Amino acid sequence: MTPSIPLSAQLINLFAAVILLLAFAMLAQRRMHSLVNLFALQGLALCLATLVAAVTTGQVHLYFSAGLTLLLKVVALPWILYRLVRQLNIKGDVEALINIPTTMLVGIGLVMVAFNVALPISELSHTITRGTLGIALAVIMLAFLMMITRQKAISQVVGFLSMENGLFLAATSATYGMPMVVELGIALDVLVGMIILGVFFFQIRDQFDSLDIRHMEKLKDS
Amino acid sequence: MPGLLSLDLLLVAAAAWLALGLIGLFASRNQALVSQVLFPAGALVGLLVGVTGIAALGGDPQTAVLVIGLPDLPFHLRLDNLSAIFAILLGLTSAGISVYSAGYFGKGDVAGLGTLCLEYHVFLASMLMVLLADDAYAFMVAWECMALSSFFLVTTDHKHEEIRDAGFLYLLIAHIGAIGILLCFGVMTGGAGDYSFAAMRTQELAPFWTSAAFLLALAGFGAKAGLVPLHVWLPEAHPAAPSPVSAMMSGVMLKTAIYGLLRVSFDLLHTTVWWWGVVALVVGLVTALFGVLYATVQNDMKRLLAYSSIENIGLIAVAIGLTLIFHAYGMDALAALAMTAVLYHCLAHAGFKSLLFLCTGSVLHATKERNLGKLGGLIHPMPWVAWLALAGIIAGAGLPPLSGFVSEWLLLQGFLFSPGLPHPWLNMVVPVAAALVVLVAALAGFAMVKFYGIIFLGQMRDPALKDAHDAGPWEKVGLVWLALITLLLGVLPSTVILRLDAATRQLLGAGLSDTLNEQGWWMLAPISAERASYEPLIVLVTIAVVLLLARWLVRTLFHGRVRRSSPWDCGYHFEGPRAQDTAEGFSQPIRRIFEPVFRMQRHFPAARDKQPFYSVKVEDHFWYWCYLPIARLANRISAMIVTLQGGRIAVYLMYSFITLLVLLMVARP
Repeated sequence: MTPSIPLSAQLINLFAAVILLLAFAMLAQRRMHSLVNLFALQGLALCLATLVAAVTTGQVHLYFSAGLTLLLKVVALPWILYRLVRQLNIKGDVEALINIPTTMLVGIGLVMVAFNVALPISELSHTITRGTLGIALAVIMLAFLMMITRQKAISQVVGFLSMENGLFLAATSATYGMPMVVELGIALDVLVGMIILGVFFFQIRDQFDSLDIRHMEKLKDS
Repeated sequence: MPGLLSLDLLLVAAAAWLALGLIGLFASRNQALVSQVLFPAGALVGLLVGVTGIAALGGDPQTAVLVIGLPDLPFHLRLDNLSAIFAILLGLTSAGISVYSAGYFGKGDVAGLGTLCLEYHVFLASMLMVLLADDAYAFMVAWECMALSSFFLVTTDHKHEEIRDAGFLYLLIAHIGAIGILLCFGVMTGGAGDYSFAAMRTQELAPFWTSAAFLLALAGFGAKAGLVPLHVWLPEAHPAAPSPVSAMMSGVMLKTAIYGLLRVSFDLLHTTVWWWGVVALVVGLVTALFGVLYATVQNDMKRLLAYSSIENIGLIAVAIGLTLIFHAYGMDALAALAMTAVLYHCLAHAGFKSLLFLCTGSVLHATKERNLGKLGGLIHPMPWVAWLALAGIIAGAGLPPLSGFVSEWLLLQGFLFSPGLPHPWLNMVVPVAAALVVLVAALAGFAMVKFYGIIFLGQMRDPALKDAHDAGPWEKVGLVWLALITLLLGVLPSTVILRLDAATRQLLGAGLSDTLNEQGWWMLAPISAERASYEPLIVLVTIAVVLLLARWLVRTLFHGRVRRSSPWDCGYHFEGPRAQDTAEGFSQPIRRIFEPVFRMQRHFPAARDKQPFYSVKVEDHFWYWCYLPIARLANRISAMIVTLQGGRIAVYLMYSFITLLVLLMVARP
């Protein structure tokens, strides 16, 4: 890195890199409990990145964003997920459709694609955080990949939430965050969606005696 | 009334209808309250709407802006002469139907009376809002409310599969129509983004877009009105719905579509092209001919009336076409004549068709039978219904002195002046259309005679019909009210036309009042008394005198001995009621003459059959020509697409993922 990059930008890049690393870790993690741990850590890193951006730019609503992230993604959602994991008793391994090394390789390819795509966009942006746009895009894609490759419904939900983390990072890095109203709306959506999905887990388990989504193929209308 | 505008009164009426519906929903356990209080109260509100409409005729347009709606997009409302006329139609017709409903739904065999009450009154209120709307947004909201509430009314008896199917078909075609209307409004804004009707009135469009808007409106409103080939929902939905609902849909709802067509083609599009009129004329003629031919061969009394409604809508479209042609050539007096025929036929049809539908409701209640082949002779147990139905029949057949004759006579008068058109080709074609209109009128008479004769005259085809009971008091009031409307429209045409004049003047800048004012109220001579005139009262008096005189002559001068024998047995009194002319037999000549028009499946008994039977099933060609090919195509495409739907969430996610990746790659800045 050239020394001309200010400390704050370096910090933000660091946290973004941590987020990306955690995304990879989530992709590789088989244990449910650790998966939720990683998700909570990712939330924390996101929160810190936002906080640094807030301190640097002095934008008040970024402080709110950071607080919201802390509350929702580090405290509330992991807590709900832990409870679900406990109540549904799914500590066991999560078997992936594709084996994990292959998934990681695909993930690396995706990161390259994401950086390549994000490069021209981040040049248009004038924020100090613009370098993280590629990382954000990569996180989104990795989360998507995780949703595709996992079998258990609950790990798909973790993938979905991690994708939201990536979107949040993208919004922060490109434009210092979305308007407060939109951000609040998304936060509420995520929370409500989580609660509804929690209810669905119980329904799915009652119906199929398992949380394996392969059982839902039976629902196909043919 | 300076303080309270008519428009405010109408809004209060709409709110009152909604309130009645809500009370009905919450008080649904109290059946007596819903049927004996709420429906009559709804009728009073209808009366208020009618009277307010009459009071508003001839006045300046009144406008208002409602605060409800989306932010920055409030509802604009406007009451002018055209909406006032249709508000009168809605108010007065619905008053009769609501009173009748108080008796019809009060008999305790309707499940969910509370929701029915809500849907019914929402239906009424939304029709009123359609008439008052002054921007496309308010119009479409009201229009969709009307479609949805009527869909739920049609499927009141949703436990039967064919009723659900009929409801689905209705909803489907209603939405196809709504798309047409929406696109029409979109074209008329001209890309300016202002969806108020006031802006559309001043919008200058290129000729291509004006014509596109007209054709879209014709298709969109035609779907609701039942113009061929979008008519197929009508004969399915009307028999499925409870009779008062059929009456409301046929009598009033179809007219809101006519209102919309008039509003768009004469008010919002301020130019007229002659070939629009030809299109409307041809579509209307096909519709009328098709409707009346199918009406004659129906054996289900409500289907018969539904096809007859298609025919009447066709005649109205013919009149609209004629108005457009005259208007395009600047022959405003004749355009006003044809326009008067349009409005008059709307009023007349609303009166007599809802009367007839309500009569079928009473027959259905009394006999539980819709098949004409099992009815007969009902004039004896049900004299009230039979005599009041006769009024509707005479009007429906277009006979003097009742309402149907006046409008058809006006329409034909308009045709008689068409040789004056400055276009050689139209000059020759339009009289042919007139001839077809006359054929339609004659066949309509045939269908009506069949309807009345098979149901009410002759002998009872089933001995159980003896126990049929006549209409109850509420029902009688409703029927008498509608029969009275039919009679008054028949005998006081000049008085009514002078009221309609305000609307024709607003739309065309000309009216019939100048010629009519010089004549007395008893006479109708739209262009000049030398040319053609009609004195309905004289006809009425003549008919009455001849009837009484004949009766008196037979009773006193003739031998006076009255001998009763079974009717319709052709002299063979030992044959029994099954030997009477049947519904199928009655229409056999029509089926023969117009054989290519029908798609028939017939079974004839062979000479040596042990158990001979005859059956005939008449189907609609349009099903096979238009609808089934589309349905098959949709099925085939769906079958191809279904292979994409593997049922695995991972695969679905993969689709989204790949789409995202491709878009990211392709759509680079």
